[in-house]
Amino acid sequence: MADEPLVLGIETSCDETGVGVVRGHTLLADALASSVEQHARFGGVVPEVASRAHLEAIVPTMNRALAEAGVTLADVDAIAVTSGPGLAGALLVGVAAAKGYAVAAEKPVYGVNHLAAHVAVDTLEHGPLPEPAIALLVSGGHSSLLLVDDLAHGVTPLGATIDDAAGEAFDKVARLLGLPFPGGPYIDREARAGDPAAIAFPRGLTAAKDLAAHRYDFSFSGLKTAVARWVERRQRAGEPIPVADVAASFQEAVCDVLIGKALDACRSSGVQTLVIGGGVAANSRLRAMAEQRAAKYDIRVRTPRPKLCTDNGAMVAALGSHLVAAGVAPSCLDLPADSAMPLTTVSVTGEEQT
Amino acid sequence: MLVLVVDSSTPAVIAALAQVTAAGVEVRAQRCAVDARAHGELLAPQVDAVLADVGVRPSALGAIVAGLGPGPFTGLRVGLVTAATMGQALGVPTYGVCSLDAVGFPAAAGEPVLAATDARRREIYWAVYDGAGQRVVGPEVSAPAVAAARARDLAVVAAVGDGAHRYAATLELPVADEPRYPMPVALARLAAARIAAGAPDEPLTPLYLRRPDAVAAAGRKSVLP
Ligand SMILES: [Zn+2]
Repeated sequence: MADEPLVLGIETSCDETGVGVVRGHTLLADALASSVEQHARFGGVVPEVASRAHLEAIVPTMNRALAEAGVTLADVDAIAVTSGPGLAGALLVGVAAAKGYAVAAEKPVYGVNHLAAHVAVDTLEHGPLPEPAIALLVSGGHSSLLLVDDLAHGVTPLGATIDDAAGEAFDKVARLLGLPFPGGPYIDREARAGDPAAIAFPRGLTAAKDLAAHRYDFSFSGLKTAVARWVERRQRAGEPIPVADVAASFQEAVCDVLIGKALDACRSSGVQTLVIGGGVAANSRLRAMAEQRAAKYDIRVRTPRPKLCTDNGAMVAALGSHLVAAGVAPSCLDLPADSAMPLTTVSVTGEEQT
Repeated sequence: MLVLVVDSSTPAVIAALAQVTAAGVEVRAQRCAVDARAHGELLAPQVDAVLADVGVRPSALGAIVAGLGPGPFTGLRVGLVTAATMGQALGVPTYGVCSLDAVGFPAAAGEPVLAATDARRREIYWAVYDGAGQRVVGPEVSAPAVAAARARDLAVVAAVGDGAHRYAATLELPVADEPRYPMPVALARLAAARIAAGAPDEPLTPLYLRRPDAVAAAGRKSVLP
């Protein structure tokens, strides 16, 4: 429909420079430039390296997105940008870019929450999201469980990781097993040939005593250490490391906790829809386990295709389009980059700024 | 031609509109706010404000000039990404100027001067200009004492800029009051020949002068006792 909002989305919260174009719930373009190889030798994302890469990539990535979508800046109704949470210096490049485009093209700008955008991207694949829904967002930078009552105005955080993000645990275990960075896809591949029940790794914050205070929180630091201990003991004993079994057993422990808590949240809130997003949502075992276990409770699992799960501009455009359609006010030009943007803020509206 | 000028290489966040003609450069409107921590919040509203001051829409702009630094990275990028994205959106060329030149060039009055801005970590970004305002050394980043020694070798008679004020005692040079920060009129003037000639669009590559702080991943520590 031509009367649906045409929205540009800009994402620079970590190491991906993303520009997406969306009309209503239709994805028109999703251009991406990644600095991931530049971070590999550091074993993690280096903020200054990421910020430098964003500055170099933003203009060419925008050009590609506009060409792919067959639109010009003059055609768009609004420009959405991740204004937080994320790496401060990296966010700032995207926010300043969005404002540059907004001022030059005389368009409104929407500063949006990165995590809400991970939820919204699913609308590009599966249409409007039934509300309320539960969202499980897991990546190298975040692990959160949210109750999505109203994606345009507010979400309720239920729980989050109290130490490492799920994706971080994948990276660290991958390194331990001599697999490349980022670890997620390599663990997933190795695990296919392994036995998920080979080693009983711990499931963080699932014991009765932990559930009282941390029912919907996650902890992956103990699991990471347990894997390291197990591997080191083997090494010291001069025994070979069964990489596939370690990968499969580790992955099983992570997925078990994530899905267990997400379905618990659905059932206790009487919610029939679970949306999974973030880079870890590309994990094949997580997707399969979610489908399998949710089916028992008649809960529908919505997981966008892997390319939309990782950070990208389309997710920001999808949320922007939802906000425009819902009549939410845009941000002011003094929109800050907020590395600690609270989950309860879906977008920074002009009224709040004054 | 109406030209937008931005610089965010120092605590001064600068936006200006300059009229660049064969007769010279005239600044029509300018906004400068000094706040080392709010470049991202301040610059776009200032650009909007100078356009409103002159009463023109962005489409009236014919070119954009940006200070390339050197300067603290996070703030510096705000000006450059603003200039680059606006240039792209408007389809107008962007031109880069070394930000120190917009301090040293207007300060030059027949004798060599040292222009310096604050580089944090007890260092300065600096360059030396001859009596005509031409940069002869720099831009560099170093401890003020290193810059002072070079300045003595080059018979520099005065220092200028925010960094010179901050480290006046170490530099042992008389410090000129102004300019403290890059001057918009100087930024426009230093790009005027390129603007007038319709020179090709330039990529706005920051003068970082320092590598990112990052160490390659070290060997893993044992978790067993
Ligand atoms: Zn993310």
